[in-house]
Amino acid sequence: MAELPTAAEGRRSWWAGIGQGRHVLGLLFLLPAAVFLILFLTYPLGLGVWLGFTDTRIGRDGVFVGLENYELLWIDSIFWLSVFNTLLYTIGASILKFALGLWLALLLNQHLPFKSFFRAIVLLPWVVPTVLSAIAFWWIFDAQFSILSWALIKLGLIDTNINFLGDTTNARISVIAANVWRGIPFVAISLLAGLQTIPQSLHEAATLDGASGWQRFRYITLPMLSPIIAVVMTFSVLFTFTDFQLIYVLTRGGPLNATHLMATLSFQRAIPGGQLGEGAAIAVAMIPFLLAAILFSYFGLQRRKWQQGGGD
Amino acid sequence: MTDQTTTDNSTGMSYLDSLPKRIITVFLPLLVFVFVLLFPFYWMAITAVKPNFQLTDYANYSPLWVVEPTLDHIKYLLFETSYPGWLWNTMLVAFCATFISLVASVFAAYAIERLRFHGSRWVGLGIFLAYLVPPSILFIPLALMVFKLGIYDTKLALILTYPTFLVPFSTWLLMGYFRSIPYELEECALVDGASRWQILTKVLLPLSVPGLISAGIFSFTLSWNEFIYALTFIQSSENKTVPVGVLTELVRSDIYEWGALMAGALIGSLPVVILYSFFVDYYVSSMTGAVKE
Repeated sequence: MAELPTAAEGRRSWWAGIGQGRHVLGLLFLLPAAVFLILFLTYPLGLGVWLGFTDTRIGRDGVFVGLENYELLWIDSIFWLSVFNTLLYTIGASILKFALGLWLALLLNQHLPFKSFFRAIVLLPWVVPTVLSAIAFWWIFDAQFSILSWALIKLGLIDTNINFLGDTTNARISVIAANVWRGIPFVAISLLAGLQTIPQSLHEAATLDGASGWQRFRYITLPMLSPIIAVVMTFSVLFTFTDFQLIYVLTRGGPLNATHLMATLSFQRAIPGGQLGEGAAIAVAMIPFLLAAILFSYFGLQRRKWQQGGGD
Repeated sequence: MTDQTTTDNSTGMSYLDSLPKRIITVFLPLLVFVFVLLFPFYWMAITAVKPNFQLTDYANYSPLWVVEPTLDHIKYLLFETSYPGWLWNTMLVAFCATFISLVASVFAAYAIERLRFHGSRWVGLGIFLAYLVPPSILFIPLALMVFKLGIYDTKLALILTYPTFLVPFSTWLLMGYFRSIPYELEECALVDGASRWQILTKVLLPLSVPGLISAGIFSFTLSWNEFIYALTFIQSSENKTVPVGVLTELVRSDIYEWGALMAGALIGSLPVVILYSFFVDYYVSSMTGAVKE
């Protein structure tokens, strides 16, 4: 409600009006955040789209070249390979993160000794800077001195060292594994928060009615959890699709571009390669995929919730 | 807070499972999870204190253990490289970016959530969408802007660009937090003649300290972990942050200094891990808070 200044307040009423007027004050309070976001987020987003239509290089302003960058990308097999890699990486890692993360969340939701301690250490991979843990994985995946190869040889499962990052298939599996390792805690802890909101009485009632553990999971836990699953997986897909750090540390896109994601290709063309226009075009090409991924994982899972009568 | 209810809940039905069954279905998988999630840290730590001659000699020394641990790698890192400078830079940039973002976010969240001016709902939605814009599609135009502004290769470039992902996140988090504070408290203050400014600083902020801590440590961690902007905008060794410095300066030629690299990764992780260990609950609440809305 707007305050009515009394006549006696005289000159001060104008100033008080500013101070108390919600709309003016609201905009005033919003100003610092808005300046940052417009200047360093909205404007660069537009600038990026514009750059995609120019032949800008590092140290040289470009001119408008229309769709030339996109035409070049259309016939660029490395670009299409990076699109394929990105989709494979996103889908593979997201499915694994979801399955393993949900499993871990269910385990942590049990009655356990040292529960909060477990929860605290499980989140560690997510807290540590990605680049630094990726460097540890780089060492774990070393071609000659991999601890994994050593352990598997000791166990008698393999005879020679695995070439984790030098072989195209192995490299793809390795980077997905490292991404899953880092992503599980986020999914698990978020889903655990969701699990804790499910009333235990539902489970008890179902048990009395003779429901098996699987039936309780399928018809109580999953439907009750699906709104939070939708949000968590939307974030997870988004961050996986635009991942850069892990690949940059582990493979830089190699071997034979088998692990080049759109983000790493965009960086390689734009910064070391100097072709800012082309790099920006690749980055812009990620946007439709990104929107599709968000819409798919968000609305896809939303609808399942609605079908199962989970309310809006 | 939630612990109480969960404990009560879970004991309710666990008696239905026998102990051997629980070992197979709960404890064993959990142990495997914990082992896999923690092993890289163990490997990092053990490599950081291993003398070079043991590092690659798997025939005579078990790689899983260390005899005669050494501090040589850590000494090398601290006294013969620019590592201390990178730590300082990362700390400075993370601190400044977090501070700027928190101030901007408190005002923005208060305006959107409590002042409810014209179009505040749309602004709220816009803030959420801004959170979804990934740095990997912004770094090229931002690099160009940073260059044109003349702040290329300065810490200022990072301090000014990090709020782009911190402000949307913190604002979103604080909006949720402000919403949980009863509106009546503010109405009382209004009736008593407090100005909006007094309400914000004397009523709302003291009640929001947990939310501010959550947003603050989370923003600090995000800044500490940031990589692509720091890699693109910083050229000279003395301005690099820890993730960029370790990767670009400690990795040279064909001989990888694994001991020093792992020591660098370990020490670079310690500040956020220590911060995290003190504020686990705030951390979890900020993470799940951002997801729940």
